[in-house]
Parts: sequence; C-alpha cells; structure tokens
Amino acid sequence: MSKDNQILEELTSKDYEHGWSVDMEVDEAATGLNENIIRWISAKKEEPQWLLDWRLKAFKTWLDMKEPEWANVTYPKIDLQGLKYYSAPKKSNKPKSLDEIDPELLQIYERLGISLNEQKKLQGIAVDAVLDSVSVGTTFKDTLSKMGIVFCSFSEAVKEHPELVKKYLGSVVPMTDNYYAALNSAVFSDGSFCYIPAGVRCPMELSTYFRINAANTGQFERTLIVAEEGSYVSYLEGCTAPQRDENQLHAAVVEIYAAKNSEVKYSTVQNWFPGDKNGKGGIYNFVTKRGICAGDFSKISWTQVETGSAVTWKYPSCILKGDNSIGEFYSVAVTNNYQQADTGTKMIHIGKNTKSRIVSKGISAGKSQNSYRGQVQVMKRATNARNFSQCDSLLMGDRCGAHTFPYIDIQNSSAKVEHEATTSKIGEDQLFYCNQRGIATEDAVALIVNGYAKEVLNQLPMEFAVEAQKLLALTLEGSVG
Amino acid sequence: MLTIKNLHASIEGTPILKGINLEVKPGEVHAIMGPNGSGKSTLASVLAGREEYEVTEGEVSFKGKNLLELSPEDRAREGVFLAFQYPVEIPGVSSTNFLRTAVNQVREYRGLEALDAVKFLSIMKEKMKLVEIDQKLLSRSLNEGFSGGEKKRNEIFQMAMLEPTLSILDETDSGLDIDALRIVSNGVNQLKSSENATIVVTHYQRLLDYIVPDFVHVLYNGKIVKSGTKELALELEEKGYDWIKEEADAASV
Ligand SMILES: Nc1ncnc2c1ncn2[C@@H]1O[C@H](COP(=O)(O)OP(=O)(O)OP(=O)(O)O)[C@@H](O)[C@H]1O
Ligand SMILES: [Mg+2]
Repeated sequence: MSKDNQILEELTSKDYEHGWSVDMEVDEAATGLNENIIRWISAKKEEPQWLLDWRLKAFKTWLDMKEPEWANVTYPKIDLQGLKYYSAPKKSNKPKSLDEIDPELLQIYERLGISLNEQKKLQGIAVDAVLDSVSVGTTFKDTLSKMGIVFCSFSEAVKEHPELVKKYLGSVVPMTDNYYAALNSAVFSDGSFCYIPAGVRCPMELSTYFRINAANTGQFERTLIVAEEGSYVSYLEGCTAPQRDENQLHAAVVEIYAAKNSEVKYSTVQNWFPGDKNGKGGIYNFVTKRGICAGDFSKISWTQVETGSAVTWKYPSCILKGDNSIGEFYSVAVTNNYQQADTGTKMIHIGKNTKSRIVSKGISAGKSQNSYRGQVQVMKRATNARNFSQCDSLLMGDRCGAHTFPYIDIQNSSAKVEHEATTSKIGEDQLFYCNQRGIATEDAVALIVNGYAKEVLNQLPMEFAVEAQKLLALTLEGSVG
Repeated sequence: MLTIKNLHASIEGTPILKGINLEVKPGEVHAIMGPNGSGKSTLASVLAGREEYEVTEGEVSFKGKNLLELSPEDRAREGVFLAFQYPVEIPGVSSTNFLRTAVNQVREYRGLEALDAVKFLSIMKEKMKLVEIDQKLLSRSLNEGFSGGEKKRNEIFQMAMLEPTLSILDETDSGLDIDALRIVSNGVNQLKSSENATIVVTHYQRLLDYIVPDFVHVLYNGKIVKSGTKELALELEEKGYDWIKEEADAASV
C-alpha cells in the first residue's frame, strides 16, 4: 500500500533524469552499413564462420526489404548510412571477473542506480549490463552456474555455448521476419543470453540493463532466453539513454523459447530518452519481441511499461504451439509531449486449449499519439482456444490521441475471443476530490494513473514496480492543470 | 473562523449564489436547509474551491485568511473539509493509500513530519472505530462499487483522519440506514470540539436530532432567506418551504 507514496516522495524533477552522457574512449566501427562493416563487427567479436554467414544472409535479405509504413507513427526517414553500427567502451575488453571491470564503467551504472558489485547483492537480482554495443559485466554468474543456469552476454554465449546459440538463434524470430529484425540479425552487437536447464527454477530475477552512451550509434541488441522442460525464470529489462538533439536508432530482437511445462516472465521498463518538450531528439525504438510456447502447458508472460522513446514500434508476441499453453501480455504505454507509440501484441493460437490474455493500458498526454495494435489469431487445430483482451485508454487534455486497432482472425469455431475497450478522460471530479483532501494536482494525477495501471504494475516484481510507478508519474508531470 | 460576505457565484454564466452572508464561530454547528436546486451544494463547492464556479462578488475569510485566494488543496490543508454529496470513485487506488497520501500532504503543509506506515495504520485503526467502518472496505479501490451508505461512511472516516477545523457535510445523511445514521452522527459529534465547526447541509430533521445545530439557515434561490435556531428546522419539517418561499418572493419584488 505504501508504493504510491514512496514514489510520490521521490518525485522531484520534471526532466529526463538519465539525460547525461560520459566521454569515454571507444572502439567503434566506421560510419555506414555494408558487408565490410558486418565482417568487421564479426571479426571484432571473434565470431565463428557460421555466425558471420548468418549475418551476411540476413544482410542480403534486408537489402531487399522495405521499411514498414503501416504503423500509426510519423518520423523523418532514418539515414541508416549515417549511423555507426558498433561502439564499445575501449576499457571493457573481456573482463574475466567483475573486479576487472573498469571503475569508470561501474560508475556509469552506479549513477543509474544499478550495482554490478556482487557484495551489494542488489536485492538478489542478477544483472547483465550492456553499454552501447557490449555487455560490460554480469553479476551472480557463479551462483547461477552451479544450478546449470547460463546467464551471460550474447557474445560470451557464442563462445562458450555455440551449440545452444546455433540451435535457437533465429528460431523464434527468423531473420526474414521484418525489416528491423533483419537489420538486427545482420549487425547485432551484443545482448543477453539465458538458459535454464530442465526442472530448474531460477532463484533470482535475471536482469539486463541497456544503456546507450555514444552518439550516432545504433543499438542493436539481441536477447535469447531458453527455458527447458519444467523450468521457470523471471527476466527484467531496463533501458536509458543520454539526452541528445538528434534521434538515435534502437532496434532490438528478443526471442524466448519455452519447452513443456516451463514458464518465462519477461518484464520491461522502457525509459529511453523520449525527446524534449518540443519533440526534438529521442530514441526511435523498433523492437521485435516474440516467444514461443513450444511445449504443452508452457507459459510466456510479457509485461511492459513503456514511458520513453520518441517513436515506439513494438509488439511482444506469443506463439502458442503447445497444447494448453498460455500467453499473456500486460502493457502500460505512456506518451507525453510529442511522443508516438504504436504498440500491442500478437497471440497466435496453434495448440489445443491454448489461452491468451491481453491487458493494455494506454495513457496519452500533451500532443502525443498512442496506438494499441493487437492481433489474435486462432488456427484450425486450436480447438477450445480462449482469448480475453482488455484495452483501455486514458486521455489527459484534448490535444493527444488514443487509437485501438484490434485484428481478430479465427479459423476454429470453438474459439472464444472477448475484446473489451474503454476510453476515458482523467476526471475533473477525481482531481477535485483529491485536491479537497489536500493532495496536490500533480500527485493526484500520479495516484489516479497508477491506480488505472495497477493491474499491469502488479505483474512486475516489486523493485521494478516502484521504478515503474515513479516513471509514470515523472512522464506525466506538468500534463494537467 | 469563517466569514462569508455578500458571496455571489455563477457557473457557465448562470448566477447560482446571489449574496450569501454567514458567520461561523469555533465550536458551532450550522445547519443549511433549503429546497432542491437552491444552491446548497454550490455553496459547499465554492468554499472548497471548485474551479468551475466563478466568484463574481463578495468575500470569504477563513481563520483570518482570504479563502478565495487559496488553491483547493491549500484550503484543505488549512482545515476545510467537504464531505461530498456524491463521492467520486477512483479505480485501483485503495482508500488506505489515498488517505495516507492526503494525510501526509496535509501534515507536510502544517510542518509536521510524515507518518510512517505503522503509525498511520494505528491511527487509522482508532478512527475506524469511530464510524465503525470495516477494514475490508478500506483496502478496496476508493468508493468503487461502494454502496451509497458505505460511501457516506467513508467520507466521515476521512474527516476523522484529516481532523479539519471546518467540516461541511453535504447531505451526509442521505443513503444511510437508520443504524448507520446514528453511528455516523455519533462519529461527527465525537469529533466536535470548541476549536472546530461544522456546517451540515440536510433536508431532514432526523439528522438534526443527532447532530444538534446551534443555528439553522434556509437557502432559497441563492440567498439565505431565513435563519433561526434548531426550532426553525422543526417548523420546516412540519410546514415545508412554501411559506418561506412566499415571504422571500414577496420581499424581493
Ligand atoms: N453547469 C450548470 N449550468 C447551469 N446551472 C447549473 C449548472 N450546474 C448546476 N446548476 C444549477 O445550480 C443550481 C444549484 O444547484 P445545487 O447543486 O447547489 O443545489 P442544492 O441546493 O445542493 O440542491 P439539492 O438539494 O438537490 O442537492 C441548480 O438549479 C442546478 O441545476
Ligand atoms: Mg446538493
């Protein structure tokens, strides 16, 4: 019950608080995108031939693809040749243990409130920190490896567990999937890899923290999570970036594989720089996230709190292949000022008795545009498939927009699909009621919005929920009254 | 404590309050009665600072301060409490959480330190007894799905928690069953002191049997047209408003 208050007490500044950057020596690729750059990246990372071939194939596919234009977002064309595709802090070269990580890098993460220092234990959360293109350190590795859990940077996984990477890479999101996924497959730099062996319940939250620091650098990270039979893992992803005038591109791919009876919870608190009040700068966030419930009785649950980025294009999806498998999507997307978000999910029911649940809460303020796009597909074989979708929009002021685009495709008549949608305005009556009890308007907004988003926030692990609530309030400051 | 002088207020250009005069001293209970639509809730809203209403003339001072200059939250922090005729629902926010935010913001304004969860809960327990409100109700979303009577009881519970100097109860009796009316009135009476004052807006004598007023005022067509002691309420109960309307209408021609 004290979560809200804790947040309110911590509320202090109106600006994006992670808007700083640090000057560091970096090792970076030349500007532009071509085969040589891809070879250079692959060589830099000492990758095996098969992975280079895979990248090159993706690049060839990508060359023939067109940037998608169906999303309800507008932005100037991104000059992909004007970007750099690899940037690594020079000093991070292969730390063997956390003690070897450069103190300057550790400081960056300390400043973000993330401790890579195992002594501090970070409330029992294992963290993999990714700065620009590379992973700078993973905590709790030893504890986890005793249980057979692999949690490391993607590059490390390529070296240490090539058979696993080879088996699952691109198995959920094929390189041909879409424009940004193909681009990511060609140039991805690093990310996190996580493998939970059969029957193991991961004892702590696994967390990756992404931070963009360098300018003019695209960030293309790749995350792969594999949960073997009967295993369980809860995975968190957080992100921030410095405040810059020019837009920066971020195009990540996340793949989740869930075997029989396994469960994966994936939570994101996305707080990339959203651009300033006049819509200048900000991250373009084009992300492909997909999970497959490959085995019977498996479950994948996506929870996202989207507060940052100038443009968001993101549809975490579940392929419900195993019988009785379950897919869930809980989302809060907040847009303020000139932000644009087009986000939602896809639930593809293939197996029998598969269930999906979608809870989407959009909050729009300022002159922002917030779209929910959801697809529920029930295939022929999916007898007794069930879906429940709840899409709510909350408007603050009258210059913003909320849009809902549900697509439903049912090929099995036993399916039950329910869709509920509401649009409401933050009520003058509610605000006055709060004011009359002595609560200032800004705090009243935070209280009402957090109440509105509660069903989603409740899905997050406690530490993340607190951060998420704080972010919601910060994002919306100054949007009423 | 509260002095209202020649108060005029309108909403969307329509004048509703047309020259209210009222003086409330510490320790007093004032009842405001009057036919539907006469402006009772409007007066309460204007005192609480609702922005839709425009004050076109007049003055209101509260504890020596110009009340009309203060924001609604500062009025609340200064000690003005309004028990709403129609309390609003806030989904997803528990009464407990809502009140803790409110109490701590009021305390901060008054230079007191914030209550931690433990202290807050213990004060809450104590005040809950006053209006016999159930803990379960308070852990639910604020007013959401509450019955009419539960909402009213919750308003008085909030009043108990916030310890206001001036409480305005807008038809708190409506929707309460016979037992609840007694319990809630008892609560209000126990909160009474020589330092605070209460304005009760009601249509019925039965509330005034419990919360005995020092003064009774009749509001009609945006003005206080008659004031008296508790006997006036009994007279109204018996005779209705027609005779007062006639008197007032005759006087205004
Ligand atoms: N937006 C508005 N525009 C015009 N008139 C309004 C508006 N809002 C309220 N009124 C009118 O103001 C008058 C006073 O309303 P108010 O709610 O103060 O009455 P009341 O005395 O509390 O009545 P009741 O006993 O029914 O609660 C009513 O006639 C009402 O219709
Ligand atoms: Mg009224």
